[in-house]
Amino acid sequence: MTLKLGVGLGIAGVIVLFGVIGPLVVGNPSTVRDMGLTGPGNGFLLGTTQTGQDVFAQLAYATRGSLIIGVVVGALTLLLSSFFGIVGAFVGGWADEAFSLFTNIMLVIPGLPLVILISSYVPNKSIWLVAAVLAITSWAGSARVLRGFTLSVRSRDYVLAAKISGEKRWRILFVEILPNLIPLLASQVVFAVIFAILGEAGLSFLGLGASGSFTWGTMLFYAQNGLALRLGAWWWFAPPGLAIALFGAALSLINFSIDEIINPKLRSQTRAERNKWSVKA
Amino acid sequence: MSVLEMRDVVMEYRLREGLRTTRLRAVDKVSFELPPGRTIALVGQSGSGKSTIAKLLMQLERPTSGSILVDGEPMQYRGARAAAYRKAVQMVFQDPFGSLNPYHTIGHHLARPVKLHHPDFSREQVADRVAELLRRVRLDEDYVGRKPHELSGGQRQRVAIARALAPEPAILVADEPVSMLDVSIRLGVLNLLAALQREENLGVLYITHDLATARHFSDEIMVLYHGAVVEHGPADDVILNPQHEYTQLLAEAAPAPERRLAELGH
Ligand SMILES: Nc1ncnc2c1ncn2[C@@H]1O[C@H](COP(=O)(O)OP(=O)(O)OP(=O)(O)O)[C@@H](O)[C@H]1O
Ligand SMILES: [Mg+2]
Repeated sequence: MTLKLGVGLGIAGVIVLFGVIGPLVVGNPSTVRDMGLTGPGNGFLLGTTQTGQDVFAQLAYATRGSLIIGVVVGALTLLLSSFFGIVGAFVGGWADEAFSLFTNIMLVIPGLPLVILISSYVPNKSIWLVAAVLAITSWAGSARVLRGFTLSVRSRDYVLAAKISGEKRWRILFVEILPNLIPLLASQVVFAVIFAILGEAGLSFLGLGASGSFTWGTMLFYAQNGLALRLGAWWWFAPPGLAIALFGAALSLINFSIDEIINPKLRSQTRAERNKWSVKA
Repeated sequence: MSVLEMRDVVMEYRLREGLRTTRLRAVDKVSFELPPGRTIALVGQSGSGKSTIAKLLMQLERPTSGSILVDGEPMQYRGARAAAYRKAVQMVFQDPFGSLNPYHTIGHHLARPVKLHHPDFSREQVADRVAELLRRVRLDEDYVGRKPHELSGGQRQRVAIARALAPEPAILVADEPVSMLDVSIRLGVLNLLAALQREENLGVLYITHDLATARHFSDEIMVLYHGAVVEHGPADDVILNPQHEYTQLLAEAAPAPERRLAELGH
């Protein structure tokens, strides 16, 4: 395990733990009190909002909300992109043609306008709906990457050898091809999770996010509405902003490490090392 | 199964260039017969259609026209007879680095074909058979747990040969089995193949660029040029008395097969 992977997993782990356990121990995040905009301390770890709500409690619920979005989008992306990318490339023929046409259409549909369109038609959006919309607009890129890689694996000699020895088709797919796709799948999923959390934060900040639930994005939206920045209430907008940045960085670190596992050449090749080598040669 | 025969086999690939489709005749009316216990060398330059013939025999492609006969009857692509055929005809690939799945152990590569061939085998029986296959290709038994990347090219190719032998085939297609290997170990792998061929009375189609090894290890030589067989006869005749221009060129390029073999054995 590299340092990068360790740091990434460490930060992400702390945030996930906070999102899982936090909401169980904090009070109601929506309780309004008669003590608006008090700074940290005074009985509230991260101070209060304009209406006296506990920022720490909100952060706990928001972390859970954002993680739910990330997990749901990650899972849906994995399902959709594997189905349309891997299965299409493996089956070949017209199925591949149809699947990749569909993928390409989904790829050129601009995600944000579609999301805004759907958002404006559905006034009361649950967090699940937002996750579904984000997943539907984002799986196509992964599917294309997976299709390209599956096509290359499918024609490798070891797959032909399995065919020749009389293996069943599903066995060739699941036992011979899929294991070689795992690192790529993992990195696609991690990427989808980052995309989803950032995308949801962006939507919520624009006021198009899930209504009535807490996410890092909705917290920022309310902080913005409450003029937190202008009033200098840093304890209100900094925690969700920092959480987004940290979680994104952690997942990126994990992703880089996966890339290095897939492609060992990336690991030890810094520019300095390459130069040293060329001087010697 | 005893005799494999190709009769006037043509294989055309469709190439798409924009809207136009052109046809590329990779194999042009090829006929030959491969009886058990016999080794036929298939020689030809790059792109002459050697691997395409191998793919046709392995049912990875279907001929555009002509027929492939098994014991005088047309080859079946489905059903019980096709399954029997697939066990009877096995292949060793050119690239030992691409023909083994990097994710799986050597044991997996050998156990799968054994299980497919003997569905009734117990776990111990499969393990015994895998160990025996490793011994037959002169590899230590404790290679079962290793991954392909821990093996040398020559060792990998031995594993690939063992895998091909697992279903107890009657015919072996070896597509340039040593061209990716270091010169110093080529002869070892070829000698192993020749020994196995004699022990099991295999019919072997030995695809190669190298006339010297073709002559040494084969009974017949078949020369392929632009997809068509331009020369076919006993190995010594083809080498010493080449008829077709292209064979003459090849024979000249390798003037002393004995010397080449001596070099290889070094
Ligand atoms: N899947 C394919 N689609 C289209 N054309 C193909 C395909 N496979 C092979 N060809 C073409 O068929 C011809 C014969 O190819 P083949 O692989 O049989 O040559 P080869 O004799 O094995 O060459 P080498 O010695 O380099 O392995 C080549 O011109 C090649 O470009
Ligand atoms: Mg070839």
